[in-house]
Amino acid sequence: MSIKKLDQAALDTWVNKLIANQSVYGVQAKGERFAFGPLSKAEDLRLDYDVTILPPKKYFQPQREDLLEFNAKGEYTSVTETEPFILFGVHPYDVVAIAQMDTIFSADNYDVHYMTRRHNATIVACDVQNASANVFAGCMNTATVTKGFDLLLTKIGEFYLAEAKTPKGEKLLTDLPGGLEPGNLDLARREQVWKDNTGLLRKHKLKCNPQELPGLLEKSYYAPVWEAKAKLCFSCGSCNLVCPTCYCFDVQDDVNWDLQSGKRTRAWDGCLLKDFAAVAGGHNFRSSRTDRYRHRFYRKAKYVAEKLNQIACVGCGRCISACVPKIANPVEVFNELL
Amino acid sequence: MSNQDIYVPQPATLLKKQPMTEYETFYEFKLDSGCELGHGPGQFLEISVPGIGEAPISISSSPTQAGIFQMVVRRVGNVTTALSKLGPGDKVGVRGPFGTKFPVDEVMKGKDILLVCGGIGLVPVRSAINYILDNRRDYGRLTILYGVKTPADRLFAEELAQWKATPEVTVLETVDRGDEAWDGHVGVITTLLPLVQINPAQTIAVICGPPVMYRFVLKELAKMAMEDESIFVSLERRMKCGVGKCGHCQMNDLYVCQKGPVFKYSEIKEVMEAI
Ligand code: SF4
Ligand code: SF4
Ligand code: FES
Repeated sequence: MSIKKLDQAALDTWVNKLIANQSVYGVQAKGERFAFGPLSKAEDLRLDYDVTILPPKKYFQPQREDLLEFNAKGEYTSVTETEPFILFGVHPYDVVAIAQMDTIFSADNYDVHYMTRRHNATIVACDVQNASANVFAGCMNTATVTKGFDLLLTKIGEFYLAEAKTPKGEKLLTDLPGGLEPGNLDLARREQVWKDNTGLLRKHKLKCNPQELPGLLEKSYYAPVWEAKAKLCFSCGSCNLVCPTCYCFDVQDDVNWDLQSGKRTRAWDGCLLKDFAAVAGGHNFRSSRTDRYRHRFYRKAKYVAEKLNQIACVGCGRCISACVPKIANPVEVFNELL
Repeated sequence: MSNQDIYVPQPATLLKKQPMTEYETFYEFKLDSGCELGHGPGQFLEISVPGIGEAPISISSSPTQAGIFQMVVRRVGNVTTALSKLGPGDKVGVRGPFGTKFPVDEVMKGKDILLVCGGIGLVPVRSAINYILDNRRDYGRLTILYGVKTPADRLFAEELAQWKATPEVTVLETVDRGDEAWDGHVGVITTLLPLVQINPAQTIAVICGPPVMYRFVLKELAKMAMEDESIFVSLERRMKCGVGKCGHCQMNDLYVCQKGPVFKYSEIKEVMEAI
């Protein structure tokens, strides 16, 4: 696959050309912070962002999405989205998270809703230029990536290197006007960015190897930290909401004006919310705040981790920033268990 | 790669409906496709009422009863209330069957069977009972213990009477609180266990009932020298999707919709959130 060197002007021309051809969602400023959104012109793209408020999972598993339609006769039909799109500027830790969600939604029982969107996406990853306040991807081996994207952009000085990883990425490069061939020095500078990022994206320092976490949790079920922290938890579910590897959902029916036809939709849900495990009739199978609080960490570093053979926390730090009582930091919790 | 949508229900038609208690109603359906449901005793379905939603419901009929499937549903939420308003000929959506089965074709074969049911726990177990009775020679003694709150809460009263009258079948019932007409046993379900004689090495036990019941019944069974490997529990959880995705049914690392609802007790003994 090819690799090109381009300056900012070439990048802008290229992005505008991509926008002219299909939907592009890219990172833009939103007040003081950053968010993925529909991109209308290259100038709005902020590849120097630190972290987005919500992870890009919303393009594969939207906050609310239609699953099915039903008619007045009570017949259900599947609804899937078909429009191809480009997701522009995904940080490596989010690339890893997307790859994990791909496994969750494709293995075992194939989820056609998630996977259709996923197949329609071209992912342009971008190495981090500015570390966010709470990122710890460097500790989770997610500061850089070698797969899970179609094209990777890395800023080296005044230039970008754009490397295609897949035929989809290669196709994007054919639209690139006047890209240069990178030299050995350019490639060496990119290596340096990767090396630096692994060190820089460690605002919190995990004191063990992430591979040791499932074993650590195995013996920590009754550790005092769960209750001590959970005491302060509002059960607001923000830590679930902002997490790129949280995928639990709830399903509901919405009826149209005719009161007969309608849609079945699904929406993000969170295991920290009080009624997450409550059944109709009243019994709540995870009624204690401590149990709910602990469950999230066990999912990230043991349950889902053992299924994926990889820790299901990518170190984006979003939950740390989102949690008002400041108890959601996975590094703090894991270090305390060591 | 399959493009089939795991969330699309198939249509079924309500054939019969009959109130059983104040809150529970009996339903009989058939799939519009004309196919068999293909379930095993202990499995559940996701039942859709268009415009209202979907709910997990355990199957109450035995697969030996061809052409139809039956459920008993307690009116507790939107979907189950909407279901109670349907009449014969009305349509519902069906996904499934999902989950694990009572091991009627495996370890239960050739064994004495002890079924301990509380309240609506009898609903899925009835599927196993009728399966066993339809394949009577494959099993030893059948003992059914059934406990409910009051006599008015008894489900399948007619069938209970039939089972009682069947040779080689013992049915013991209890109620938490009796009434004038009740001359049977009064007390919680565990008070029935000392009344039965079992050969623990030759017996497979099944427990199904409200969440509070399990711990007490398990303790009694241990006293009776039942091995953990010979006890099966059917556990309720919030089975929202039935296909291992939504996360609601999780019990530590186990997805009850896939690894359950029927578990061998020895396999979940160490699972903290199980019982
Ligand atoms: S648990 Fe927190 S830090 Fe880890 S991936 Fe989720 S939001 Fe990011
Ligand atoms: S964000 Fe913090 S307060 Fe809210 S549910 Fe998560 S841990 Fe609890
Ligand atoms: S019911 Fe959704 S994961 Fe089990």
